[in-house]
Amino acid sequence: MTDTAPLRAAIVGAGPSGFYAAGQLLAVADPQFAVDLYDRLPTPYGLVRSGVAPDHPKIKSVTKAYDKTTEHERFRFFGHVELGGDITRRQLLDHYHVVLYTLGTSIDKRLGIPGEDLRGSHAATEFVAWYNGHPDHSGLEVDLQARQVVVVGAGNVAIDVARMLALAPSELAVTDTADHAIEVLEASNIEEITILARRGPLQAAFTNPELLEMGVLERADVEVVEGELDELSAVALEEADKTRRRNVEILRDYAARPKTGKPLTVRFRFLASPVELLGDDNGRVRGVRVERNAIVARDDGSLAARGTGAYDEIPAQLVFRSIGYTGKPIGDIPFDERRGLIHNEGGRVTHTDGTHHVGEYVSGWIKRGPSGVIGTNKKDSQDTVTKILEDVAAGRINQPASDDIDALIAESAPQAVTWDGWRAIDAIETAAGEASATGRPRVKLTDWGALREAARGMSWRT
Amino acid sequence: MAYVIAEPCIGQKDNSCVEVCPVDCIHPTPDEPGYDAVEHLHIDPEECIDCDACVEACPVDAVFAGDQVPDEMQRFIQINADYFKAS
Repeated sequence: MTDTAPLRAAIVGAGPSGFYAAGQLLAVADPQFAVDLYDRLPTPYGLVRSGVAPDHPKIKSVTKAYDKTTEHERFRFFGHVELGGDITRRQLLDHYHVVLYTLGTSIDKRLGIPGEDLRGSHAATEFVAWYNGHPDHSGLEVDLQARQVVVVGAGNVAIDVARMLALAPSELAVTDTADHAIEVLEASNIEEITILARRGPLQAAFTNPELLEMGVLERADVEVVEGELDELSAVALEEADKTRRRNVEILRDYAARPKTGKPLTVRFRFLASPVELLGDDNGRVRGVRVERNAIVARDDGSLAARGTGAYDEIPAQLVFRSIGYTGKPIGDIPFDERRGLIHNEGGRVTHTDGTHHVGEYVSGWIKRGPSGVIGTNKKDSQDTVTKILEDVAAGRINQPASDDIDALIAESAPQAVTWDGWRAIDAIETAAGEASATGRPRVKLTDWGALREAARGMSWRT
Repeated sequence: MAYVIAEPCIGQKDNSCVEVCPVDCIHPTPDEPGYDAVEHLHIDPEECIDCDACVEACPVDAVFAGDQVPDEMQRFIQINADYFKAS
């Protein structure tokens, strides 16, 4: 088949899953694929750019692996093109043999409790996007005159939020944190940050390195409340994986530590669920009412939290919720409302009756939900690519009506930013970083106008 | 600090870590020469980005963060690094 034209694949979403799938498809010798990677933003890398915390530059350096993929002659990037806005699902299927959605899960799960919309109550995702300079969130108003903060959730995002709030100005100054966020974070008055988990230490979803970092912060002591394992968890500990066991060890160490008089305290509080955000007369949050929980075994043996009917209040003038994410339905792409994901079976997009919609696939968080670390998506994409190859071999393949993608872009998305356009943005950002007094890796362009301007001359139109 | 593959991998070479390594820094992979000859896999300390994916994937708990390697397996830090100097 190598003497015929390559099969055309559109991948929508230039985060890790999209890049891994692109690299994997381009590595296939027979049949050959040509890959167009689309993104809504003029910038690539998805959550590596706008999610991974700015004080984790080594993790962000994963992009070097993605840049290798872009050097392939059959790779193209079309940034600043929105599926469902600029181009439709139908248009993609009319032009590509394979359409792969790697859209991620951008909607935060809400707590579903009274007071959630008080001022000072935020989705952690908004805050993360804000400090990372995402152009949709650069205008977020976060009042860091607050003294006490509650972060609801027991995963790495909750830890990232807490740590970013606790960083010293000198620690921030060497990062690519957005300028607008550095300004606000430096002036912070925060004294207490409570990470609130409904279950216990064994059930927490932190990774070990993230948890360990909390113990070595320049400005913050750690404290643990309700960190003792209940009887059921103590038994489950024996069978738990290494990451969970180590989490318990680390938290035990934190619980035993004396306070050293640092200006901030980061407190892990386990076994409590928020039931209401309490407001003051000005409509601002002033506290979180929580119900204390006990661990109980479900019928399937898994351990869950159950309310005990005992309540107390945690004073807080800022609350971030970080309890999970769901995908955003786009157009008429089959959407599984219950799971909050594109309806799929093992990466094949399926109708609600379970039949495969030929030519459409998913990978990453929009396929399996928001779990795992960056590398988890490499295997996830490989699994989907394997399905694509099976389908191609079996002749289950979409037959696009047109191969004129240039015309599609020219008509529907002439603003598209090419890879050279991103490189122009990148050059401006990294030059500004080098010119900064603290040698920052980059100074991000954080609004749409500046990003468009930087890529001008490198967009599809020109 | 780079991650290190240690003793428990010997004779296992399960490759779950290779599948999830985001920067392809674990070698040899099953389709690379020399795979059959090595007793265990290695992490390239120059390329590793400290992301923890391999730790979570390893079914035999053979991977450690550089500063978390147990005393009795410290020699594997050098063994991992040396593998990439030789090649």
